[in-house]
Amino acid sequence: MASGHVTKRAKYKTTIKDPGTPGTLRMTLEKILFVPHNPKSAGKLDVEFRYIKGQKHTKEGSNKPPWLNLTNNQNGSFIFEFENYSDLHDCRDFVGKVLAKSGEVSEKPTVAYPDEQLSAAEMELRIKLLQEDSELQKLHKQFVLSGVLTEAEFWATRKKLLDREASKKTKQRLGFKSAMVSDIKPSTDGRTNKVTFNLTPEIILQIFAEKPAVHRAFLTYVPNKISERNFWTKYFRAEYLHSTKNSIAAAAEAAEDEELAVFLKQDDILASEARRKIRRVDPTLDMEADEGDDYTHLPDHGIFRDGNKEMTESQNELYKRTLSQDINRHAAVVLEGRAVDAEFEDTKAVAEALAQSKRESSNKGESDGDTSRERIERLSRMTEIEDLQGSNNLPLAPLCIKDPRDYFDSQQANALRTSGDALGGTEQIKSSLSIPEVYSSLRESISSIKAMGWKEPIVKPEVAYQVFDALTNSISNTKHNIGKNPQESVLDRLPRKTKEELLHSWTSILELLKHFWASYPITTSYLYAKVNRLKDAMSNIYPQLEEIKGSVPSELRHQVSLLVRPMYQALDAAIQHYEASMQKRSTQSGEKPNGYV
Amino acid sequence: MASAPSKLYADDVSLVVVLLDTNPFFWSSSSLSFSQFLSHVLAFFNAILTLNQLNQVVVIATGYNSCDYIFNSASDLNRSFENGRMPVMSSSLLQKLEEFLIKDEQLSKGEPEGRIKSSLFSGSLSMALCYIQRVFRSGALHPHPRILCLQGSPDGPEQYVAIMNAIFSAQRSEVPIDSCYIGAQNSAFLQQASYITGGVHHKPQNLDGLFQYLMTIFATDLHSRSFIHLPKPVGVDFRASCFCHKNTIDMGYVCSVCLSIFCKHHKKCSTCGSVFGQAQSEAASASDKKRKTPET
Repeated sequence: MASGHVTKRAKYKTTIKDPGTPGTLRMTLEKILFVPHNPKSAGKLDVEFRYIKGQKHTKEGSNKPPWLNLTNNQNGSFIFEFENYSDLHDCRDFVGKVLAKSGEVSEKPTVAYPDEQLSAAEMELRIKLLQEDSELQKLHKQFVLSGVLTEAEFWATRKKLLDREASKKTKQRLGFKSAMVSDIKPSTDGRTNKVTFNLTPEIILQIFAEKPAVHRAFLTYVPNKISERNFWTKYFRAEYLHSTKNSIAAAAEAAEDEELAVFLKQDDILASEARRKIRRVDPTLDMEADEGDDYTHLPDHGIFRDGNKEMTESQNELYKRTLSQDINRHAAVVLEGRAVDAEFEDTKAVAEALAQSKRESSNKGESDGDTSRERIERLSRMTEIEDLQGSNNLPLAPLCIKDPRDYFDSQQANALRTSGDALGGTEQIKSSLSIPEVYSSLRESISSIKAMGWKEPIVKPEVAYQVFDALTNSISNTKHNIGKNPQESVLDRLPRKTKEELLHSWTSILELLKHFWASYPITTSYLYAKVNRLKDAMSNIYPQLEEIKGSVPSELRHQVSLLVRPMYQALDAAIQHYEASMQKRSTQSGEKPNGYV
Repeated sequence: MASAPSKLYADDVSLVVVLLDTNPFFWSSSSLSFSQFLSHVLAFFNAILTLNQLNQVVVIATGYNSCDYIFNSASDLNRSFENGRMPVMSSSLLQKLEEFLIKDEQLSKGEPEGRIKSSLFSGSLSMALCYIQRVFRSGALHPHPRILCLQGSPDGPEQYVAIMNAIFSAQRSEVPIDSCYIGAQNSAFLQQASYITGGVHHKPQNLDGLFQYLMTIFATDLHSRSFIHLPKPVGVDFRASCFCHKNTIDMGYVCSVCLSIFCKHHKKCSTCGSVFGQAQSEAASASDKKRKTPET
């Protein structure tokens, strides 16, 4: 760490609403000190860093002032407002470093490992992950803090988590606003008829994206032919002419001014693109099928502005643009998303970046020859006439199962074993009688019931009573333990605490086992020490499991022991392996002293 | 019937497809005689049909060599009593059953002795599902179907694949399979069928009271089932055991073609003959050798 302290001007706020006390913020490795400029004002602050748990800060570019929010371990927080973002960033990085350092110190009281030089950002990410996932936090506390696993070992198996978190930050991009460009309202000064448009690079980017002709014109005219200011003035003049719907006036003005005409004419780039898109439309598209979805003919639906009234003389068609065209184009651009994501201060840069990304995308996708062939292929695929096609014999080998009885034995044997019935009774029926004999005896019983009719009564009342009694008894017994739903999991029947304990022991056993088996074969003394640590931790789980078993009421104990049994088995297997390999080591240790198995 | 308004098919109208075990080998060794069994079952059918006017009962006989539909309450509409002893429909069921048994017997001519004396459960289950599919396709209005297996014969392991397929398709179409096992041991097939499809499995202890069991457990329609407590299975252990040694295992090798399970690596699947590649184990050992440094 280069400097052991940071000093910045800042305002200390007790709440977000609080206007703040101006003063000086000084951070050292041990504590945070805030001294107000006005010595009389309250708000002096002296906090030791070990009480600080985490930090949050506002993002640059959001419309919030640069705030740093430090949370302490009593869930309170200290908010500082800085003068600018670079101050904020300095302090943020410093706090990150100190937090990471204190985290390292408290989390590994035993040994410091050499390979753990972590950047503050990485540490921050880990702290964030732990805060978001209480289960992860529990595991971390249990194993890392107790020294069973090192910090690095713990995270090594969760690299994906770290990666994903990191990539998530960059992936999310801001799209275009769904508000239309035409919604930009000019501001008037109220005295003259002058209107002022406030253009930001963002709005300009959107205009360029929606109107390729404007974009092209900008690239060719500005700044060689006309100034940028003039360019936008003409643009909004043209927009105004559009909004008046006076296509005759528009035509007249366009005739006088060449540049203005560019804005007033139909966008020829768009038009050619539209033609290309139409060519690519699936020829089998059934537009009638969608007709049912069309509700614009219903009252209170549809666009009234774009009515037939706008049908004017065809000669001025050139200078006419309909609202639906605008809306469609806008929707297309918003859906396409923003290809240029850097933030630009300069309109020129915006225009060029957009042009660049357009060239790239057009290089990627477009070659008209390809599309027409593709179209034909798709057409033939969609309108396939099965009779004319050869049979498509896929080179598949038929599945041949030699003896399906194996499946039965594999699965059902257990089912019968546990339900307490004799297994292997499949051959039990004694076929002492021949086939004709058994059939005739069956037919005899049918004719006897035909002759005698139903037994009277069908069930003797005593028997019925017995059945009822036994059924209700068993139902009321099982209902207590098993609950209503047959699909309900066993866990739901256990007390909440036991359920949580069981789940937690499962995750911790899995964590240990994952590390344990990943350490084999033992090639270094480091792995050897790690395995020993893990083995000790695993043997500590046995009494815990016994405790869980002992804590449940007796009627649930069987269920719990069923759940615990596979845990025992997995642990037993690991410890058995450990002991076997230890034995092997001790016998071989004479030949290979450096610990190779 | 054509003008039947939708209200007639309320949620408590049932279509019960009953699979009746008519395996002669089982019935010749059973403690409950077939005629007693029939009188319990016929009375139960009658009861279901009287529970709701629109209820429907379809009976499929599960024989030793074949299976067939022997009764459908929708086509046998004569509900009158014949000479006061039993309803006409019951006697027509018995008539069909007799014909079925004669046919079934003829099929068993030339059959080698020594086969496990199991019934053709997979066949009758498939027929039941086909019938139910037809009902589903008959229109928006249909009774709620369920399958009831009245089975006594032991499971036929050679039918495993067919039965499991049927069970899963029943699960998919949300048809519960209830099962009542009246034989000596319990049936793993039936337990699993009921477990997977969310039906009820029961093995009556006192077969003299079979009618009482049927009425108490299996007569209620699916809608009412959500309100009443029915016997629950004690829990079935469906853990797998390996095909090679029949040991119960938690971790093993699974054939990717036929899903057979083995406790150790084989060169070739003993069930479907697929040859397993070696690449995986070689690659594993190669990477093991490379690991000289701790990957922490």
